[in-house]
Amino acid sequence: MSNNEWPLWEIFIRSKAGLDHKHVGSLHATDAQMAIEMARDVYTRRQEGISIWAVESINIHASNPDDAASFFDPMNDKVYRHPTFYDLPDELTHM
Amino acid sequence: MINYILHLADNALIYGHRLSEWCGHGPILEVDMALSNIALDNIGAARSLYQYAATIEGNGKTEDSYPYQRDVREFKNVLLVEMPNGDFADTIARSLFFDAYQFLFYTALQKSSDKQLASIAEKSLKEVTYHLRFSKEWTIRMGDGTEESKQKIQHAINELWSYTGEMFDASDVEKQMIETGIAPDIASLKPMWEQIISDTLEEATLSFPIQMQGAWFQKGGKTGVHTEYMGFLLAEMQYLQKSYPGLEW
Repeated sequence: MSNNEWPLWEIFIRSKAGLDHKHVGSLHATDAQMAIEMARDVYTRRQEGISIWAVESINIHASNPDDAASFFDPMNDKVYRHPTFYDLPDELTHM
Repeated sequence: MINYILHLADNALIYGHRLSEWCGHGPILEVDMALSNIALDNIGAARSLYQYAATIEGNGKTEDSYPYQRDVREFKNVLLVEMPNGDFADTIARSLFFDAYQFLFYTALQKSSDKQLASIAEKSLKEVTYHLRFSKEWTIRMGDGTEESKQKIQHAINELWSYTGEMFDASDVEKQMIETGIAPDIASLKPMWEQIISDTLEEATLSFPIQMQGAWFQKGGKTGVHTEYMGFLLAEMQYLQKSYPGLEW
């Protein structure tokens, strides 16, 4: 990180009580408090949310796209892992 | 009554207009948006007040008549809000002084005997609470920041100080409104305002400029006697409506 750049923060917003926080974007700020206040101005000005989380981007660890073949592709042909794969008895109406 | 409403509206409009000049010029994108949001809050409050004035005056007046069709002497905002933006420190010092005032003023105006003003105050207070948080926060960050930022914000505080007294000095219009219970007694807000400012400056490791008691201050805006800056501000704000009267988007 260069000295003139403020650290990058990832912003998560919860739009309603009961829902989960969703990633909405990122911004630059010197500390967590500033990140939250700036997120308020950048990401909630059209009533998008009622709660803000800020996580410094360096604390986010991501899977490597190169691993996609071994990580995710094998699930392609395993339809039996979905509940919809199974035939249900007619008597079960609320599934 | 109408002159009092226009005084309040002009305060919010001119302050909002000054802040809107930062749009696209903010030091960083996030602050640019914050200042623009605050500008819009103020212009929104001004609109409510101008609309109210227009319904009282009638005569075909609309909310646009006041901002666009009056000359400089007819504007009754305090001098503080027409001060140029200067650098970011100048803007923040002006915001700190005015936001703290607005916060106390709207809090008190909620008890106005005039229901419309009380309800505008209630709505605006939520917005101003955030404005004050923003300007306090940046005052503290700059004061407690680098040598350079500290020197700049202290300079701005000292420079603008003489424009703060006018806020608490009631004009004849305000005196009448205070007597009828429509307006809060602004002089009584001054000790609370000084407390907010001195607490903030202390946390920012800045010094309180001078003893406020009996200090000399600039005034005139409330009676229409403005600084030279006001004419330029209006020239830009009113240009379109003066060149093309009645033009709409």
